[in-house]
Amino acid sequence: MMIYPYGDTTNDGAMQLSFTLPLKASALAKEAAKSLVKKMGFEKTEVVSMQDLGGDFSFFVVYGHTTTGINTDDIQVVEAKFDHMDRVQVDEYIEEQIGRKLVVVGATIESDAHTVGLDAILNMKGYHGDYGLERYKNFEVYNMGSQVLCEDLIKKCKEVKADVVLVSQIVTQKNIHVKNLSKLMDLMEAEGLRHHIIAAVGGPRISHELALELGYDIGFGPGTIPSQVASYIATTKKERLENE
Amino acid sequence: MEKLKLRLKSEPVNRAKEISKEIVEDLMDLIRENTTTSIERTVLRLFGIIGADIDDTPYVNIIVKQLMKKGVLEMGASLYVLNACVHHDEEPEVIAKMVAEENLDLTEIPMGDYEKINALSQRLTQAAMDHIAKIKDERDKLLYETWSDPPRPYKYVIVATGNIHEDVVQAQAAARQGADIIAVIRSTAQSLLDYVPEGATTEGFGGTYATQENFRIMRKALDVVGEEQNRYIRLVNYASGLCMPEIAMMGAWEGLDFLLNDSMYGILFRDINMQRTIIDQYFSRLICAASHITINTGEDNYLTTSDAIEKAYAVTASQLINEAFALKAGMEPKYMGLGHAFEINPDIKDGLSYEIAHALLTRELFPEATLKYMPPTKHMTGDIFKGYAMNTMFNFVSVLTGQDIQLLGMLTEAIHTPFMQDRYLAVKNADYIFNNTFSLGKEFSIDDDSFISQRAHKVLEQAIELLEHTREVGLMQSIEEANFADIKRTQTGGKGLDGVIKKSPKYYNPFEGAFRRLLNLDDEVFEGGVH
Ligand code: B12
Repeated sequence: MMIYPYGDTTNDGAMQLSFTLPLKASALAKEAAKSLVKKMGFEKTEVVSMQDLGGDFSFFVVYGHTTTGINTDDIQVVEAKFDHMDRVQVDEYIEEQIGRKLVVVGATIESDAHTVGLDAILNMKGYHGDYGLERYKNFEVYNMGSQVLCEDLIKKCKEVKADVVLVSQIVTQKNIHVKNLSKLMDLMEAEGLRHHIIAAVGGPRISHELALELGYDIGFGPGTIPSQVASYIATTKKERLENE
Repeated sequence: MEKLKLRLKSEPVNRAKEISKEIVEDLMDLIRENTTTSIERTVLRLFGIIGADIDDTPYVNIIVKQLMKKGVLEMGASLYVLNACVHHDEEPEVIAKMVAEENLDLTEIPMGDYEKINALSQRLTQAAMDHIAKIKDERDKLLYETWSDPPRPYKYVIVATGNIHEDVVQAQAAARQGADIIAVIRSTAQSLLDYVPEGATTEGFGGTYATQENFRIMRKALDVVGEEQNRYIRLVNYASGLCMPEIAMMGAWEGLDFLLNDSMYGILFRDINMQRTIIDQYFSRLICAASHITINTGEDNYLTTSDAIEKAYAVTASQLINEAFALKAGMEPKYMGLGHAFEINPDIKDGLSYEIAHALLTRELFPEATLKYMPPTKHMTGDIFKGYAMNTMFNFVSVLTGQDIQLLGMLTEAIHTPFMQDRYLAVKNADYIFNNTFSLGKEFSIDDDSFISQRAHKVLEQAIELLEHTREVGLMQSIEEANFADIKRTQTGGKGLDGVIKKSPKYYNPFEGAFRRLLNLDDEVFEGGVH
């Protein structure tokens, strides 16, 4: 199916854009904004606001109608697929299908000091009314907190014989998360741990696609709730045991 | 006309302040009896030692490390450097180069003539104190005589490109858009470095390194715009971490106006050892107090790791502790930028009533402080339109309740460090609200039995309970119990305890005395002396 953005009429392609140009607010700047948007494939463009940002900068709000549409049949989504169960179901599932507690080690690695996202998944209290993994009978959770060196995380995984490692990365500026996550993956490979352990990564700028690219099993983005993570762990662990 | 007021009863307020004073008093022995590697490096910097070796290790680190290795740092680094200066008849910076490049061992030089050492110490100490006083006076003059202090709430925005030269472009634009205060956010994890990098820097993650040269570059850039606009633009950086006193010294030297400087932030949010931080914050605050740098405290952050309604009292308790620490360091209340935040989940019914209650409580507990009010951050999502609406509410509460430093909310808070237009939109939002609701607070009064009044009193009551408990077990134990920000730290855990050194009875640090005299903190002698 071909689709276009919707303003007030089907297929009108209406969109709003806002951006800054390195030009003093002027007739020239306004025309430049318009031309830029036209060049991007917009028609009936209108610069509705030009504001002087001081120095040699101005800010624009522009409306236009794009002529570009998209055929939804051509789109492929990289999405993690698993059955979403609630806490009680997950606990029962693990008991019946695996028969022992699963050991989970979580950390925010390297220079990143953010803990709230990881805690939302792990702490009893959980997130959005959904209890965290510590609340589950069949998870044994080690939350190492933040600023954890990859080396220390690996040591811990070995020490407690982790089934799952949960990594959080919040700071993504200059792709620092890619660097950190690659380091952890390299170390896990080098230590021969990669195949025994389910490796998941989460954070507001993390996609499943990126996680796969970096060698992880799954990526969890913004709005993740603990029972999703729990369900994934339980079902994946069972699959792995079957394939062993 | 009266401003919007809670009319807090004086009894609980006085009690809260008295308990906080005792909590801090209990830690003064720890502070008195110990020094840290960072304090010693600060003293050497004050003697004029700057620069680094070819591996970018600052000279002051090389010297302090040498003295530590030889087991004599307990005497204070200044004594050894002064002795070497007398011995070689050279200035400290030359001695520093000799240590770094020629392996000069300071401990092998025989202790020389004490009178000469003393005389040199006095000359160098005076020179540094004079410089700090000069910078302070220049700022005060620009701010209060040449031009005038802008109306409150001050509009505060951040720049954080990682490249100081790019930061300049953004900071100047923000100032021209109307910002009163520019903060240069530090690079991720700089607080964990046990040294301060040297020189201008162009690579940082989520922020720009705090270096003395970067401070100088930005100060100059803001002065250029200030001149153009006939107003003074304040500059902010961050001191918390392993180099708290050093960064305070650099700030004082280069004319910074605000420094994030909290007695607990480093402990809770960066896992810096608590003894280290408690000792460091004191010396660091002496410097701030002497140079009229307004400290900014970090209680706002507690509301990201704990619930903003449930744990509002922990913010209040911490503000009181931060105030007590600052008073101990001789700081006047108007240089205390005690922190709090607008961080209640926007889905909560009547959330704004809570926000107003909390903001008024802070205002009335600290009537003379220059309060720092932090915008919504945790509940900002990628939905910039909702975010902009939340920031509007935040600006409204600030003007209604008489806050001082307004950290303008960025509509893209959840996404990236601000774009140029994000700052512009934030300033325009604040201008609109501040102007549109300028006198509104005077039109209303708050009944004693209203929700807002009762809520504020309840938070104060809960804060006093926490303070009483903290007095009983001690602040360090209270932090161990995760009473602040729901974060648990241990007395010997975290980073930097190895940099805490018990002072010898002969410990010498001429600046401690100089600052204490300047600030009229003459209750006891701290500095030792050259014996
Ligand atoms: C709170 C906060 C802080 C607090 C953190 C306190 C703490 N102990 O965590 C403090 C004040 C310490 C802080 C510091 C800094 N911060 Co900060 N911070 C935030 C803030 C406001 C909220 C983050 C948050 O708690 N969100 C709520 C949680 C629940 O959401 P979440 O993290 O997305 O987690 C969810 C999902 O992503 C997922 N998830 C996350 N992790 C994991 C892990 C696994 C395994 C799984 C399954 C799922 C999962 O599940 C969670 C629940 O749904 C954001 C802005 C924002 N609104 O996002 C900035 C933000 C993340 N911070 C930022 C920056 C730059 C910093 C600093 C570097 C600033 C500086 N220069 O000093 C420092 C970092 C220091 C360091 N060494 O890391 C930037 C990051 C920009 C970027 N894209 O790189 C942001 C976006 C702000 C901004 N616009 O500049 N910060």
